[in-house]
Amino acid sequence: MAKTVKVSKPFMDDLKHTVFLWRKSRLTMVGSALILIFLLMAAFAPLIAPYDPVQQNLQDKLQAPSWQHLFGTDQFGRDIFSRVVIGSRIALWIIFLVSVISGSIGIIVGVTAGYFGGIVDEVLMRITDMFLAFPSLVLAMAFAAMLGPNLTNTIIAISIVTWTTYARLSRAEAIKVKSQPYIEAIRAAGGGNLRIMFLHVLPMCISPVLVQLTLRMGTIILTAASLGFLGLGVQPPTPEWGAMVSDGRNYLIDQWWISTFPGIFIAFVVLGFNLLGDGIRDMLDPRLRR
Amino acid sequence: MNFGQFLLRRLFLMIIVLFGVACIVFFIANVIPADPVGAILGGNAPPEAVDRLKAKLGYDQPLIIRFGKFITGAVQGDFGVSLKTSNPVMEDIQNYFPATMELALVAIVISIILGITLGILSAVHRNKAIDQFSRVFSILGVSMPVFWIGLLLLLVFYFKLGWLPGSGRLGFFTYPPPRVTGMYLIDSIIAGQWDTFKEALLHILLPAFVLGYNATASIARITRASMLDVLRQDFIRTAKSKGLRKNIVIYRHALRNSLIPTVTIIGLVFGSLLEGAVLTETVFSWPGLGRYITTGMLFLDYPAVMGGTLYIALIYSIANLIVDILYALLDPRMRM
Amino acid sequence: MELRGKLLDISNLKVSFHTYRGVVKALNGVELWMDSGDRLGVVGETGCGKSVTSLAVMRLIEQPGEIQEGKVIFNGTNLVELSEEKMNRVRGVEMSMIFQEPRSSLNPVMKVGYQIGESIAKSKKIKIKQTYPEVKEMLRLVGLDPERVMNSYPHELSGGMSQRVMIGMGLASHPKLLIADEPTSALDVTIQAQILELLDELARKMGNAVMLITHDMGVVAEFCDKVLVMYAGNSVEYASTAKLFEKPLHPYTGGLLQAVPRVGRTDELMAIKGTVPDLVNPPSGCRFHPRCPHAMDICKVERPPFVEIEPDHYVACYLFKGKSEVREDG
Repeated sequence: MAKTVKVSKPFMDDLKHTVFLWRKSRLTMVGSALILIFLLMAAFAPLIAPYDPVQQNLQDKLQAPSWQHLFGTDQFGRDIFSRVVIGSRIALWIIFLVSVISGSIGIIVGVTAGYFGGIVDEVLMRITDMFLAFPSLVLAMAFAAMLGPNLTNTIIAISIVTWTTYARLSRAEAIKVKSQPYIEAIRAAGGGNLRIMFLHVLPMCISPVLVQLTLRMGTIILTAASLGFLGLGVQPPTPEWGAMVSDGRNYLIDQWWISTFPGIFIAFVVLGFNLLGDGIRDMLDPRLRR
Repeated sequence: MNFGQFLLRRLFLMIIVLFGVACIVFFIANVIPADPVGAILGGNAPPEAVDRLKAKLGYDQPLIIRFGKFITGAVQGDFGVSLKTSNPVMEDIQNYFPATMELALVAIVISIILGITLGILSAVHRNKAIDQFSRVFSILGVSMPVFWIGLLLLLVFYFKLGWLPGSGRLGFFTYPPPRVTGMYLIDSIIAGQWDTFKEALLHILLPAFVLGYNATASIARITRASMLDVLRQDFIRTAKSKGLRKNIVIYRHALRNSLIPTVTIIGLVFGSLLEGAVLTETVFSWPGLGRYITTGMLFLDYPAVMGGTLYIALIYSIANLIVDILYALLDPRMRM
Repeated sequence: MELRGKLLDISNLKVSFHTYRGVVKALNGVELWMDSGDRLGVVGETGCGKSVTSLAVMRLIEQPGEIQEGKVIFNGTNLVELSEEKMNRVRGVEMSMIFQEPRSSLNPVMKVGYQIGESIAKSKKIKIKQTYPEVKEMLRLVGLDPERVMNSYPHELSGGMSQRVMIGMGLASHPKLLIADEPTSALDVTIQAQILELLDELARKMGNAVMLITHDMGVVAEFCDKVLVMYAGNSVEYASTAKLFEKPLHPYTGGLLQAVPRVGRTDELMAIKGTVPDLVNPPSGCRFHPRCPHAMDICKVERPPFVEIEPDHYVACYLFKGKSEVREDG
């Protein structure tokens, strides 16, 4: 019966076990579902949103949630539901770009530091330390403020603050890979440093960095929302969730919906990433794989 | 290496890093802004006003000289004068910092107590009601934006229920106690002003809880994970085989072992409190360093931004250093 | 039903574990018994269920495992039916257990003297501080210097010393039964001998019975007066040590003894053909039948009952006709 999968049985067992763990954890499934909803919302945003997110209709202002306006309207008469839905695109865009940029910078710095060691390593690590000496939000705020608050600069600012994690991770991986015998073999065969670094060391770092990127996506959104909330991020009228929460501050007592709904969505998306990330981490932890 | 060498090396590294930090701060405020003076004055400012401000800020001098001045000033604690408050930045910092410190300390006490309790209960009653609640609480705690929780709690406890005050450190008509540390809770006790103490306490409860919310969640999670880990160990099986009651097994045998990772997390968490302070102070109009910096950034008050950011980085680095030291002390390899 | 063992009588014990691969039927109706002062060796390959049996006796089986069926009669009480509170009065007082890895089985942040004192304090219902003279006495009994060891932490002691501490801890309350789960497997051979000697000496002095779980037939030969052989969750043979070595009945026992080198043996060492069965989908009937050279048709269909073939010699095998009545709940 089991003859055909004799060789890959340990791998299949492992895979089966991984799927079992994934499905067994209700929370991970919930997280996955939340992210899926978020992605779908962002993908089909223009189709879902009933109104124009930036169009002001002052005659409709400050309306409570109703069937015409699911999440109510704000002080400019804009439909909050539409703004939240379009805001999901912005959030996704930020996550994506920040991940790509910070991941790339991080891997390159980390691999270079880990591979060359010595002075290069020391210097690069000190530079990393310098960036880590700030609470990340404060540094992002400073960059965003000085560059000029807008969407692009928000992305740049957050990237500047997050690359360090991936650098450290890649460096650790690079050090591990560097001492493997097959690297020696390639060098003996005449492979140059750059070649070894990019073709052999770097690919080994991609997997752990990807995992870490997923784990951090929630943090990215929180930082972006925080910047938006403080006024140092995406500027109105662009419907970024954090900025929307800030918009509703002065109307909190009577028109609670302006701040509340965007906040709920931030929470859900971050929650989704955290649950999913937890699940991934648990699945990979050898001690918990019973 | 022994402890003394370890400490020296760490201090040395910290100084190098702080220098780099100063470079970054300088870079942010002086190199990045495309038109720093124009940004403050607006596009239509007359050229004389622009030149005057430039001279006042020292922007008419070459970068290197400005950098040199900045560094020499920073080492002496002179960050120039705030464009907004017209006070020396250092003076402003000294006025506002104790408020942030007090908030952070109360936040951390609350989160340690709540977090560890929840973590233990969660681990011991695994998968039952309290565990589910605690895990949901924790995971929400690290997912919900601090500012949003702050607004919601403000809405509920201040606007709707009126149980707790909504802004500031004291009521409008109350004078702060004579300054010893700058932290009202401590100063009012020292001065024996019990009413002031009560008022300060009421005012700090909500922001501190909000600030500590993420920390509570983190501590609860790590205590739970650590406890579960310890409960799986062989010596717990031995304790059970001795017929000891469940509570004794947990509190006498398991707890001490499980608190080690918790202690390290507390150190890490303290640093994150400095970040959260920025947001919490904005929501609750708390007159602390976080709000000062935020205002400075919004209004492009360069000296304030530089000084404040550098100061925060300094505090953050010191906090991290203390954590490293504590960790080295706890790690048995260092003990031998 | 008359009990076979006056101190401990386990009948038809079934324990299962619910894992991702399915339900592991670890114990499939184990039979085991002991009288006061007995030295019972429980032997079998890794995974045969000997440790699970001992944990079941102490009611230390935890999720995802549970006791499905069976009786564990200890001094007249069925432990399976006891409440947790009442079971706690039995554990550590009337029966104790010592484990294979002594250093990880002791609490690393507690002093050794305190841990021993805890056992005494519990059984005598006094404060731990008051137990210290007795703790010192116990340490002396197990061959350790009280002054040196009393205030030490487990990681400061060697493997052998830690095991002595564990034995001291286990016997401190003068239990009627000491279960020792592979107490010497993690120790050097020379220390092994010392520990066995210590167990022997103390059992004589304190009169407790010892259930010694091991895979090492040499240890059995030296220490135990009775032996229970287990295979894949079942008891397959029970006899006095001498009888078992002289006249092993069950094919598995024969295989075990054949695989052990002994002084004076000149024949070839033979391994038992085949491997330990998968306990999620165990073989039908007698679980040993796939590896048994004498397997008959009935062996594949129905599990053989554990019956007395000659006085005090039990086997679960269709090759032999039972002398006494076949137990119904087999």
